[in-house]
Amino acid sequence: MSAITQTVLDAKIPPGPLAEKWDNHKASVKLVSPANKRKYTIIVVGTGLAGASAAATLGELGYNVLNFCIQDTPRRAHSVAAQGGINAAKNYQNDGDSVYRLFYDTIKGGDYRAREANVYRLAQLSNNIIDQAVAQGVPFAREYGGVLANRSFGGAQVSRTFYARGQTGQQLLLGAYSALMRQVDAGRVKLFPRREMLDVVIIDGRARGIICRNLVTGELEAYAGDAVCLATGGYSTVFFLSTNAVNSNATAIWRAYKKGAMFGNPCFTQIHPTCLPEAGAGQSKLTLMSESLRNDGRVWVPKKKGDTRPPEQIPEDERDYYLERRYPAFGNLVPRDIASRAAKAVCDEGYGVGATGRAVYLDFSEAIQRLGVDVIRERYGNLFAMYHEITGEDPYKVPMRIYPAPHYTMGGLWVDYNLMTTIPGLYALGEANFSDHGANRLGASALMQGLADGYFVIPVTIGDFLATHRPDGLKTDHPAFKEAMRGVEDQVKRLLSINGKKTVREYWWELGRIMWDYVGMSRNEQGLKKAISDIRALREQYWKDVKVPGSAADLNKSLELAGRVADFLELGELMAMDALDRAESCGGHFREEYQTPDGEALRRDDEFCHVSVWEYKGEGNEPVRHKEPLVFEYAKPSQRSYK
Amino acid sequence: MKYHLRIWRQAGPDKPGRFEDYTVDNIAPDMSFLEMLDVLNEQLTKEGKEPVAFDSDCREGICGMCGLVIDGMAHGPRRLTTTCELRMRHFPDGATITVEPFRADAFPIIKDLCVDRSALDRIIQAGGYISVNTGSAPDANAIPVPKPIAEEAMDAAACIGCGACVAACPNASAALFTGAKISQLALLPQGHPERERRVNRMVAQMDLEGFGSCSNHGECEAACPKGISIMNIARMRREFIRAGVRGA
Ligand SMILES: Cc1cc2nc3c(=O)[nH]c(=O)nc-3n(C[C@H](O)[C@H](O)[C@H](O)COP(=O)(O)OP(=O)(O)OC[C@H]3O[C@@H](n4cnc5c(N)ncnc54)[C@H](O)[C@@H]3O)c2cc1C
Ligand code: SF4
Ligand code: FES
Repeated sequence: MSAITQTVLDAKIPPGPLAEKWDNHKASVKLVSPANKRKYTIIVVGTGLAGASAAATLGELGYNVLNFCIQDTPRRAHSVAAQGGINAAKNYQNDGDSVYRLFYDTIKGGDYRAREANVYRLAQLSNNIIDQAVAQGVPFAREYGGVLANRSFGGAQVSRTFYARGQTGQQLLLGAYSALMRQVDAGRVKLFPRREMLDVVIIDGRARGIICRNLVTGELEAYAGDAVCLATGGYSTVFFLSTNAVNSNATAIWRAYKKGAMFGNPCFTQIHPTCLPEAGAGQSKLTLMSESLRNDGRVWVPKKKGDTRPPEQIPEDERDYYLERRYPAFGNLVPRDIASRAAKAVCDEGYGVGATGRAVYLDFSEAIQRLGVDVIRERYGNLFAMYHEITGEDPYKVPMRIYPAPHYTMGGLWVDYNLMTTIPGLYALGEANFSDHGANRLGASALMQGLADGYFVIPVTIGDFLATHRPDGLKTDHPAFKEAMRGVEDQVKRLLSINGKKTVREYWWELGRIMWDYVGMSRNEQGLKKAISDIRALREQYWKDVKVPGSAADLNKSLELAGRVADFLELGELMAMDALDRAESCGGHFREEYQTPDGEALRRDDEFCHVSVWEYKGEGNEPVRHKEPLVFEYAKPSQRSYK
Repeated sequence: MKYHLRIWRQAGPDKPGRFEDYTVDNIAPDMSFLEMLDVLNEQLTKEGKEPVAFDSDCREGICGMCGLVIDGMAHGPRRLTTTCELRMRHFPDGATITVEPFRADAFPIIKDLCVDRSALDRIIQAGGYISVNTGSAPDANAIPVPKPIAEEAMDAAACIGCGACVAACPNASAALFTGAKISQLALLPQGHPERERRVNRMVAQMDLEGFGSCSNHGECEAACPKGISIMNIARMRREFIRAGVRGA
């Protein structure tokens, strides 16, 4: 493969000491006067934490906002499913937390592959998020004295996670949604649910609008604006089975990539350690059991290979609490990538449990004894109920069986400090961008990032851009819209006309297998090369043999999926190429060739201390890899140790 | 396991609808109801027929996007369970299962089992929020909330906006949905400044959307997958009376 480095990307990091960059930046950006804001139209695609908070806040500021989502209402965006919590450096527990420590933990958790300035800003803003959410009426857990409660999460030794039972994402999203609906009521935000963005419109090198399919009528619609924000979430569904919602997809960012927005670290994916194991054919998702369970649950496998006794019959001294054994300092609370890989390792060696041997126990018996069943029920009641309902087993009595599953994508559209992609006027927010989590995201930090981007960052940085790009009354009759529309229409027609033998879902499933086997938790050169050629072959077959029923003229879920899977079939290849190119192990990216003698990830800072930024070069051409070098002035890279 | 399905098919909002019969086989007991429908849809696609349109997203009971009337019950026969969480092990092998959309005047059918629930958004839009612009919030611990109150607010806030309460109600009332939001915000001190205006506007919007009025059947609570209590309807009424007394 001949990825050549051409450009070094400029992240536009403001000058000055780390702790002052954001304040300095805010003080120096250009502003749009209050009277002029309503003359600008901002398109926000996505209504998750990132999109809803951005649209609401931009509306509050007085901009004219158009806000799009796939679901029937903004409140259903995938953020709603986040369970465990959201981090903030409040130090309400007086346990030594600070902005710097949250920054440091996040950089270290990301295995030194994130941008210091962004992560520091994130840690600073974390506190404002909690204030904002509480003011909105988000019912976070509280202590008897009426103050907010905290819990701990993987990768941290302080207790800084705020939560609302096991429904933190839902409650934060409903907070952002309520702010959004207030702006809808005020006439500043216009909502477009059941729309799927299928292209971004570029005029004179600048993002000026989008093309959507109205998912109810099937019509293609064009919208023009002065800037476009993509807050369309992550792409873990490229693995077919994942913890993400079934409509989660890469289409918006992928089509932006094909229009010139470069893609950062596509191979950085997070495989979450505590999910329900795969059960059988026909399964449509892998349900996450919140990582917060690792606070009180102990992970173990039998010491004897292939031990088929039921767990309660395996005596204490015949159990291997392998996380506690290998990582005494962090124990069951090691970061996700480490916990996931350890689970895979014990299962690969034959110690796995359950029918498939691809599961480990997560056991609460000790915690129930120590704290009583009521405390455990209060902390995790809904998660236990969910587990019980799905598996038919009662986790108060029998240990849960868990296994890692694709969960989060740290990769995404490359953005600078202002969250702007390489296309002027096109921004990416939340999980859709590559920004703050490096090679591994710590728990409870995605909600934080999505809301920081939407509530606090974009409202400042977009003004700086708009101030120098005056409204020009652009309408959708401009030829660029017609052309983009034609491109989308052609693809839709083509998908419907193939009328082959295999369903879209079958192709998606096959792609998922390739991704999981070769571009999953553990990767090597040979496997990645095989993945690339297998994906190419599958893609070719797809365009000859896929069967998409129905028409383009009304609600057609098969057609929606067909477009998304077409994009996954391209993105999957780029992920494999990026994983092949990054000849090191870091965070969730584990290359078998690069490991320490005891099997930990071996980073190669001399060669890979950079963001890999991929540029699309047209169909049939190899993409080009650029770099953004990462400079660590404060958190000096060391080998991560959780021992 | 094998099932016979009677499914409501309707090509569009103004088209006539009818039940159609299908059979699915080799269904595993751990499959969810929607995964069983996925199997049916794969089968229909292969046969060159149009799959059954139904909505879903999270498939873990939290987004509120799914929702079918199964054998006459909104979200099916299991208590506290959304359609996506419902497992096939609860249906005997060989059973005939009837599947319909959520029906209410305020929820027009879009296609097959998909309905338009945007009326619920408009109820929230009418006041289901606290007016606080980004950046203007005080420190989070400056507003202490007694734990029992916070818990009660959380109980109400757990509503996923699925609309099963409406579908289950003989009057197609949205009182449980609306009451849950009004309760959450009335319980918390942050919600107090706007409480009169909020309840007045939200109740008015509910009526405007064509939802029926609540006559205490309690079917909503029984169908609600999140266990939202009808106490919230009582609280909404109290808030409404309170607002009336204050002449807001
Ligand atoms: C099960 C689960 C549990 C999690 N728990 C936690 C946790 O405890 N703490 C934490 O910090 N993080 C958690 N995460 C991660 C976190 O929830 C997500 O990373 C985050 O919510 C993503 O938010 P977002 O706003 O970027 O995108 P999303 O919430 O995914 O929203 C995407 C939006 O974009 C829209 N969209 C997508 N494509 C298009 C298109 N083409 N056209 C129009 N609209 C489109 C969608 O309709 C949706 O509105 C969890 C994730 C999962 C899956
Ligand atoms: S009250 Fe219950 S049934 Fe009604 S919308 Fe909310 S969660 Fe659904
Ligand atoms: S699909 Fe989300 S609640 Fe059922």
